[in-house]
Amino acid sequence: MALSGMRGLSVFISDVRNCQNKEQERLRVDKELGNVRTRFKNEKGLTPYEKKKYVWKMLYIYMLGYDVDFGHMEAVSLISAPKYPEKQVGYIVTSCLLNENHDFLRLAINTVRNDIIGRNETFQCLALTMVGNIGGREFAESLAPDVQKLIISSSCRPLVRKKAALCLLRLYRKNPDVVNVDGWADRMAQLLDERDLGVLTSSMSLLVALVANNHEAYWSCLPKCVKTLERLARNQDIPQEYTYYGIPSPWLQVKTMRALQYFPTIEDPNTRRSLFEVLQRILMGTDVVKNVNKNNASHAVLFEALALVNMLLCLVGIGTGLSPQTVMHLDAEKEMMSQCVALLGKFIAVREPNIRYLGLENMTRMLMVTDVQDIIKRHQAQIITSLKDPDISIRRRALDLLYGMCDVSNAKDIVEEILQYLSTAEFAMREELSLKAAILAEKFAPDLSWYVDVILQLIDKAGDFVSDDIWFRVVQFVTNNEDLQPYAAVKAKEYLDKPAIHETMVKFQNGLPPFSFNIPAMFKVSAYILGEFGHLLSRRPGCSPKELFSIIHDKLPTVSTSTIPILLSTYAKILMHSQPPDPELQNQIWAIFSKYESCIDVEIQQRAAEYFALSRKGAALMDILAEMPKFPERQSSLIKKAEDTEVDTAEQSAIKLRAQQQVSNALVVTDQRPANGTPLVGQLSLVKVPSMNNNTDVNSADRGLSPENGALTTVDPQPPSADADLLGDLLGPLAIEGPPTSAVQSQHNIVSGLESDGVVEAAAIVPVDEPQNSVQPIGNTAERFNALCLKDSGVLYENPHIQIGIKAEWRLHHGRLVLFLGNKNTTPLVSVQAIILPPAHLKMELSLVPEIIPPRAQVQCPLEVVNLHPSRDVAVLDFSYKFGNNAVNVKLRLPAVLSKFLQPISVSVEEFFPQWRLLSGPPLKLQEVVRGVKPLPLMEVANLLNSFRLNVCPGLDPNPNNLVASTTFSSESTQALLCLIRIETDPADRTQLRMTIASGDPTLTFELKEFIKEQLVSIPTAPRPQPPQVPPAPPVAQPTSSAAALSDPGALLAGLL
Amino acid sequence: MIHFVLLISRQGKVRLTKWYSPYSQKERNKVIRELSGVILTRGPKLCNFVEWRGYKVVYKRYASLYFCMCIDQDDNELEVLEIIHHYVEILDRYFGSVCELDLIFNFHKAYYILDELLIAGELQESSKKTVARLIAAQDALVETAKEQASSISNIIAQATK
Repeated sequence: MALSGMRGLSVFISDVRNCQNKEQERLRVDKELGNVRTRFKNEKGLTPYEKKKYVWKMLYIYMLGYDVDFGHMEAVSLISAPKYPEKQVGYIVTSCLLNENHDFLRLAINTVRNDIIGRNETFQCLALTMVGNIGGREFAESLAPDVQKLIISSSCRPLVRKKAALCLLRLYRKNPDVVNVDGWADRMAQLLDERDLGVLTSSMSLLVALVANNHEAYWSCLPKCVKTLERLARNQDIPQEYTYYGIPSPWLQVKTMRALQYFPTIEDPNTRRSLFEVLQRILMGTDVVKNVNKNNASHAVLFEALALVNMLLCLVGIGTGLSPQTVMHLDAEKEMMSQCVALLGKFIAVREPNIRYLGLENMTRMLMVTDVQDIIKRHQAQIITSLKDPDISIRRRALDLLYGMCDVSNAKDIVEEILQYLSTAEFAMREELSLKAAILAEKFAPDLSWYVDVILQLIDKAGDFVSDDIWFRVVQFVTNNEDLQPYAAVKAKEYLDKPAIHETMVKFQNGLPPFSFNIPAMFKVSAYILGEFGHLLSRRPGCSPKELFSIIHDKLPTVSTSTIPILLSTYAKILMHSQPPDPELQNQIWAIFSKYESCIDVEIQQRAAEYFALSRKGAALMDILAEMPKFPERQSSLIKKAEDTEVDTAEQSAIKLRAQQQVSNALVVTDQRPANGTPLVGQLSLVKVPSMNNNTDVNSADRGLSPENGALTTVDPQPPSADADLLGDLLGPLAIEGPPTSAVQSQHNIVSGLESDGVVEAAAIVPVDEPQNSVQPIGNTAERFNALCLKDSGVLYENPHIQIGIKAEWRLHHGRLVLFLGNKNTTPLVSVQAIILPPAHLKMELSLVPEIIPPRAQVQCPLEVVNLHPSRDVAVLDFSYKFGNNAVNVKLRLPAVLSKFLQPISVSVEEFFPQWRLLSGPPLKLQEVVRGVKPLPLMEVANLLNSFRLNVCPGLDPNPNNLVASTTFSSESTQALLCLIRIETDPADRTQLRMTIASGDPTLTFELKEFIKEQLVSIPTAPRPQPPQVPPAPPVAQPTSSAAALSDPGALLAGLL
Repeated sequence: MIHFVLLISRQGKVRLTKWYSPYSQKERNKVIRELSGVILTRGPKLCNFVEWRGYKVVYKRYASLYFCMCIDQDDNELEVLEIIHHYVEILDRYFGSVCELDLIFNFHKAYYILDELLIAGELQESSKKTVARLIAAQDALVETAKEQASSISNIIAQATK
């Protein structure tokens, strides 16, 4: 047996090994710690050897997981020992025992620095290693310059320089400012010429970190990386000791290709060609061999090459300005892409599990390249098979890939496959599975009833692995789609009727575990839907209010406390819907309410008391319990949840950087833009219940968070947390159901004139003297404006004090807007002023705006609009008011945009072509090649046009890649004018298209062209946390990307039609 | 980047830990507990990668010992798998057909060797020969210091040449 060379240490280790159980081990360790502690107390008697021995013992104990809260000083002090053996132990034990935030480490900075700048090479190595492994910010600030000097020093040997390079990498990660880009970029490029492969490997790792943060500064390194790769992969020009199973340093190859992935494009055609040659060699020249290690090493290189090809070509998809020469090679490069996919297709079917895993993983990454999806879809069957692989790691990859490749065409297959798998999947995966299935079902549902079926099945199967968000989302979805409501109600009833539920109930009543937890979610959603939409079924047999009530009420004794509040709301709704009132049912429900009035659970008690009081109000009940208004469209909280699994990685990975880039390029102008979950609370249709979120506002003003459910915040003093968003979603379904506290209490106020405690209390915690101008808007104002350009009602602006809603009607060149100014607080808003700043082409008249908006009241202000002539300019509302000592002023763009004066019209072939020919050439007909277009599928472009009231006429253009649309534009000067639009897209490059616009008025043609262009090119969204009081910039806020849309004279000449 | 290296025996005993990202002792224990639960229970014919808390753990079993390295999600898994093997080969060469006992009683040596292989969670040296040479030089230094023989710098120069 090889012993440690320190007898005491070896004895201790074997003692610990001989312990029979954890308890004995603990005793032995405690004894040793006591021993070490006493020895350290009179340090003077310790020989260097003993000191070493004791700190090793400490480290050993610490490694086993015990706390060691003394002796750190002794370990650190060894660092300053003059002799190598002690110093070595000091450094290594310190770097294992302490982490970067430890105070004692600070004490050592000076010694460490002396070792780094000193002449003793071995000391330098020790110091650099420790700093490289545990150096923190302070080390970064005080040591970085010295470390940099060592890397480039000509007098240092490679062993010091390679350690220095990695040490700098660590310091850079802790504080990127320590590397001064200006001077360092050139040094870095020189370092890549290094012949010593140890130094080169370390430098390459450093480069990866540097380019991940700032690739622009390190352009000069790009060709050198390609050279290095050629040197290794093609020339195999490398000392024997740096080959690994015959492969020239696979690690360096991988690192080099990793660094290359961070450069967004390679413009120099020669460099690009050389790189592709090497990549081709790697892709085609890697064979499967018997030796595991050789196989792994060569495939490590191969997969990195695949990743690099992926990066290089996904850019081609995005179309960042490549030079013409480069474009010439594109065909060859695209060819390579299909090779890659073919290779991956082979990999996902092999026996070797590592390769299968990596094949699936890389295929998922490949999805980023446009045009590849279809090839990947061919492997769908194999991927679905992998979903049943014995290895959970592989199943996870398969799930991710299926999730990524899912679209309208295969959603049904994939979602059903996932559902099927759900019942057999292990617990560790169920939550993820159900979340993903729910998202896909929502995103790609071929029809709505299918969606409801899927989600209900999902909740049924996944049981307690279904997060609440999923059922909240169903409720939202059903509420927003009227057609779906009867169907959902039928389904909900079916589920409640199911004998399976009864069985578990019976078991539960007998006190037999386990109570299957899928019931609560299933039950909640079914009860909610029946309460809300059950009355739609009233004509069917077995669906009278009374019968619905008894179906639900049968189960009441078995449900958990968290479900009862929802049931109470359902009862209240059923009661409201039973017309004419059924006295028997009424008495039954009243009895339940009064029974729960004394419930120990505050939420239940409150609801019961309030519903009881309310239900005696007769007609008032109808208003308060009216059907829920539609939910504002926003990013699904599920999708957000799926995205919210970021972890702290060393370097932002190239693939994520690219993905972000793609997302921003692909921003779609539809309702469903990400609103970051800040829910729009009040609804225009809720005029009657102005108080629905009264105490909520106080909270949100307090915290600057999205408003939470009023009832929950009062009842349950949870600190705001990540849950806030969940509650934000909850807020919707429960705005009436949920916070009866607020809604109902204020109703008390109105109805009976009683003082409501809740409201008073809430008002008491309003921050009294908020600093001026500290009012933050809720939600993204720019996004709201964009949404309102597409639809005619919605919220224009909201902050903790006020909500401004808009409802508009348009007829020809006239428009009538109504501004809804809602005071959300319990104190009045004073000095209210609204001024319209109309652009030259609009005549606008705003009716009188009252100076005071009373507490929780809503004021409606009509605004008349007349369109005089075509223009893209936008009107601005200058709105100000005072709240307490706060003077608030906001400037808001009004959605009276060009498209509002358009009237879609469909034209036939016979009408279209004569007109099109008649309007020949500029200025009546304008053509332009637009570049930098958001890469959207043709369908989406058509939808986009339709949403701007440009009626897409299918079939007019023989070429399926082209779109033709028609519309009429109305203004006072032009009257109604026909506009014809033709858009020719290039299926190979979705980022550019050519559009031709024709109308009888030159200004109109030009303005319409610019308007459409603005919608098609990427619109950078306004930064999310808007600085207070900086309103969206008035009229010219819509970016015109003139650079991206230079007209192409060649194209102008080639008038096709 | 490699966030940490773990050597765990088949029975779940810790043989070596090295942390390149800051973890408190409590977190370290939790990580070890969780990962031993995940990795030791995996069957023999599965892949060498485990997804864990948004990271990936690459592991390989050698006799009764599991070598595990935790990396970022987008890092190259096979590359790290071969770093593990590279480390094992160097240990093997140093101890002369290494076994678990060698590492138990000479865990400090395993640390020295690891420090010549990795810094900041990145590979610093891919030549086995170079690492072996450096470790031999360190050993020599310690020996010499013990004997209080001739000047230190002389020896380093000779030994590391």
